[in-house]
Amino acid sequence: MIRVVLPTHLRRLAQVDGEVQLQVEAPITQASVLDALEASYPALRGTIRDHGTLRRRPFVRFFACEEDLSHEPADAPLPEDVVTGREPFVVVGAMAGG
Amino acid sequence: MSRVRVLVGTRKGAFVLTADGKRDRWDVSGPHFPGWEIYHVNASPADPDRLYASQSSGWFGQVLQRSDDGGVTWQPVGNEFAYDGVPDTHQWYDGTQHPWEFARVWHLEPSLTDPDTVYAGVEDAALFRSQDGGKTWRELSGLRTHTTGPSWQPGAGGLCLHTIVLDPTRPERIVVAISAAGAFRSDDGGTTWQPINRGLRSQGIPDPDAQVGHCVHRLAMHPSRPDVLFMQKHWDVMRTDDSGDSWREVSGDLPTDFGFAIDVHAHEPETIYVVPIKSDSEHFPPDGKLRVYRSRTGGNDWEALTSGLPQQDCYVNVLRDAMAVDDLDSCGIYFGTTGGQVYASADAGDTWAPIVRDLPAVLSVEVQTLP
Repeated sequence: MIRVVLPTHLRRLAQVDGEVQLQVEAPITQASVLDALEASYPALRGTIRDHGTLRRRPFVRFFACEEDLSHEPADAPLPEDVVTGREPFVVVGAMAGG
Repeated sequence: MSRVRVLVGTRKGAFVLTADGKRDRWDVSGPHFPGWEIYHVNASPADPDRLYASQSSGWFGQVLQRSDDGGVTWQPVGNEFAYDGVPDTHQWYDGTQHPWEFARVWHLEPSLTDPDTVYAGVEDAALFRSQDGGKTWRELSGLRTHTTGPSWQPGAGGLCLHTIVLDPTRPERIVVAISAAGAFRSDDGGTTWQPINRGLRSQGIPDPDAQVGHCVHRLAMHPSRPDVLFMQKHWDVMRTDDSGDSWREVSGDLPTDFGFAIDVHAHEPETIYVVPIKSDSEHFPPDGKLRVYRSRTGGNDWEALTSGLPQQDCYVNVLRDAMAVDDLDSCGIYFGTTGGQVYASADAGDTWAPIVRDLPAVLSVEVQTLP
């Protein structure tokens, strides 16, 4: 299972507590994880990446294994520890604003 | 006894304020969607339990919420606002052309007859409609693709379509207002549009009486006289008696004719309300006194309404969508401030009291009169 940590606002929108666990078909990439996330929680469509382009929204970041993966290609494989569920894929709302 | 439900959108969530017809004791529910900007919450005139809310954030974009039980519970519906075809360009702040980009929904206007039909005014300026309760949205692109579209330019708040007026007697007639393009009217259900800005004069644009380019802040209409529209422009309070074919100024003896909000008494079509703001560079009331001005003559002659409102050291603003009226026999008037107060008057503006004092900055206020 792939573990996904969402920021507070998106947990409320998806009506989930804590981590989300997803069954994702290989290859495990940003795109496949986000596809599975949005399929399970349609309310999240458009909030992490744009509807049409599927580009990451500017103030959203993706972290895993103490690395910022935000600028990695969407179809690049995620770290093995994310694939095995040892580490979560973390969606972050960038620190900004008031 | 009738009840009222006040729907308040703020910078950090939505609030629902309810009272019986006396309007002196209030229950406050919220924040709904805490932390999100709620530009507008509005109710269907055809089904008072059907509410729509525009929820947005700089991080996570636009979400549309719907309630089928009067705001007790909500569910997210469709949030995909795709411009029809390949978006053209409009004028940018620096004079260059800039592609239309969706930013947020400013205003939601449910159909007068069908709870599942709702219009959305968005930034960058366009009009969308849903006919399935908000699940899917389709642009009425005849407005954005009007021949004047490339000359529209954003005001300081963005190129936003912020006002939608539906005609209760002619279902095919829609009037909208855009900052800073002006007012537009469709007589065929939103397929084709014409600018309706004749008579407006704006000193801040190269041609003061241009066909488009005016920073209209808000329009208001009384349902018994849909040909009469009142306008709070950037500067100037205006009225038309011919559905916007011609406008005339009715600022009269206002202390300043800059402002954002304007509304009409529920039972007196010639009684209108504005909140004068000092200037476009000083967005607060003149002299630190929060005063609503009422005209019982459809403009020109105004009286200050001050009882119960702060008359010293008050430097809040009242935004364009933040004033509304109820339908009770003694018409109630409501407005919210950027300081987080929501004021109510149960006697048509003669006296005021705060319902709440310390909400986040208020972006919008709507009122439902319930049986």
